[in-house]
Amino acid sequence: MYVAVKGGEAAIEKAHRLLADRRRGDRSVPALSLDQIAGQLSLAVDRVMAEGSLYDPELAAMAVRQSRGDLIEAIFLIRAYRTTLPRFGATRPVETGAMRIERRVSATYKDIPGGQLLGPTFDYTHRLIDPDMAGDHPVEPGARRDVSGDVAGDAAYPRVTDILNGEGLIEPDVASDAEPGDLTRDPTGFPAGRDLRLQALARGDEGFLLSLGYSTQRGYGRTHPFVGEVRIGLVDLEIDLPELGFAVAIGAIRVTECQMVSQFKGGGEDGPRFTRGYGLVFGQSERKAMSMSLVDRALRADEFDENRAAPAQDEEFVLSHCDNVEATGFVEHLKLPHYVDFQAELDLLRMLRREHAAASSETARQEAAE
Amino acid sequence: MTLPAYNFAYLDEQTKRMIRRAILKGIAIPGYQVPFASREMPMPYGWGTGGVQVTAAILGPDDVLKVIDQGADDTTNAVSIRAFFAKTANVATTTKTADATIIQTRHRIPEERLQAHQTLVFQVPIPEPLRFLEPRETETRVMHGLEEYGLVHVKLYEDIAQHGHIATTYAYPVKVEGRYVMDPSPIPKFDNPKLDRSPALQLFGAGREKRIYALPPFTQVTSLDFEDHPFTVQTFNRPCALCNATGVYMDEVVTDDRGGRMFVCSDTDHCETRQAEGHAGPGLPQLGEHASSEQETTR
Repeated sequence: MYVAVKGGEAAIEKAHRLLADRRRGDRSVPALSLDQIAGQLSLAVDRVMAEGSLYDPELAAMAVRQSRGDLIEAIFLIRAYRTTLPRFGATRPVETGAMRIERRVSATYKDIPGGQLLGPTFDYTHRLIDPDMAGDHPVEPGARRDVSGDVAGDAAYPRVTDILNGEGLIEPDVASDAEPGDLTRDPTGFPAGRDLRLQALARGDEGFLLSLGYSTQRGYGRTHPFVGEVRIGLVDLEIDLPELGFAVAIGAIRVTECQMVSQFKGGGEDGPRFTRGYGLVFGQSERKAMSMSLVDRALRADEFDENRAAPAQDEEFVLSHCDNVEATGFVEHLKLPHYVDFQAELDLLRMLRREHAAASSETARQEAAE
Repeated sequence: MTLPAYNFAYLDEQTKRMIRRAILKGIAIPGYQVPFASREMPMPYGWGTGGVQVTAAILGPDDVLKVIDQGADDTTNAVSIRAFFAKTANVATTTKTADATIIQTRHRIPEERLQAHQTLVFQVPIPEPLRFLEPRETETRVMHGLEEYGLVHVKLYEDIAQHGHIATTYAYPVKVEGRYVMDPSPIPKFDNPKLDRSPALQLFGAGREKRIYALPPFTQVTSLDFEDHPFTVQTFNRPCALCNATGVYMDEVVTDDRGGRMFVCSDTDHCETRQAEGHAGPGLPQLGEHASSEQETTR
């Protein structure tokens, strides 16, 4: 008997119930606590905060739990909440030179003022599955460096790009007091400008940016990059309060910053010098920050009169496709019903086939007659 | 920590005002795609986030909402969106076309003629009718600005040269008041004539692409065609198997694995209303009865 697509309501309800059941898993196993997720899956939480554009580890941990570990789904949950929040204002530009450093490496100098600091990195681990991971073995606390003799503030860990800039070897970063654009509050048009590009990249999908950055290394928009510096640590957020007439610190966030020193450009009154690619993301994610800095530099092709031919150099292409919440939605929407349009296509195809068959038999008849 | 709380119809009032401004601009320039700062919605892009934002922005406590997908009120996504507004705005909902003040739709226009007090909100995946001819937004905006629509006609002409017919069956481009070429969303071209001079306000929302456009009531909407290849719509050469309706758009339902098919109204409210009025169709097809051959007639 013909059963129409009835009962959508009951079906959704049952599906949600089953989803909740599967999310919880075996009830004899204790449920994951938010502390466990934020503390032990902290890089997953960082990614959700970065691409969700909302710095809130607790909420991100809830989203990871609710999404069963599907990070794009978790990012989506955060975005759909973030978008309802009022925007009070913009902070002062973050001073990453005054970062409380947890990790900081440079590939351009063997030693730098403040030193190279490996921090909590996977870089030199051997990727052998550790049998200890099957259980909960005691782990000794990390050794803390003695910071008592350090110079305080900016002087302790000067940015490598500032050292280069001191010699005039790299294009200067021009400070601006203008409030940067916000693509979540205003419609974007093209060309978008570097502020909106950097915002889009900071929210963009790590995998997409990784592949685009990689493509520039393989010749599709080559930029001759060197990691001037990657640094991870806590920075203070300050906001200007007009009533007070000065800025106050409202908190601290962990960020990863990458300054990519790229292909030099010559000429002009300043002479040849290196150019910059910039990456900054919430939490600890070098992969994302480095990819972002490669793509940022590639997108500046027009500024340096470079031939714009590769995907990574194409602002409209990159910005229109780097958002994983948009991308996953539109790809996955193909599973929604399309039978009205499919019916229209069926009609046309059947008619074309009838005409084709009629034409073929007519040709065959004529040939037989000849 | 403070747990999340949400406003009437989910969106905050500032966002609604922003969307209403875009809608008003769209109404002032029929068929023109107005960029707006589309928000992330709690359902995925592609599920109707543009339509949901438009509905959320225009919805008032006294509205009666109907949501359809593929013409039906009971498809899962229609159910989900209707439940969303029932929950976040606590508005009355209906499946009756005539009772609704706002109808959000994906892929269809109801068979029953809409009235002046009604608003039809379309969910739009790709608002740019020139997109598949020119992928760049920077280019297509200039083309609209200069009214440079030759490319669309070339595409339609190439269809005729290749297939003998215009091979666009849904999302069939229209011209609005002789000015803007507009994508009517992926409705079958069968529904295109209903766009023309409709007494209802018609709003189009594309969330992922961040565009809103509009057809004010009684706007002239013409489907693109050629003098010697006039615009035609699909017709079905048999009535609805359930309500015996003709001149409506049908779903083809596969009833067995031996070629059995039945055709039923795509618009479930229309079909159920007719059945309640005593109309009855021929019911299930005989075994082995083959798919009906549709044809096209000029409108």
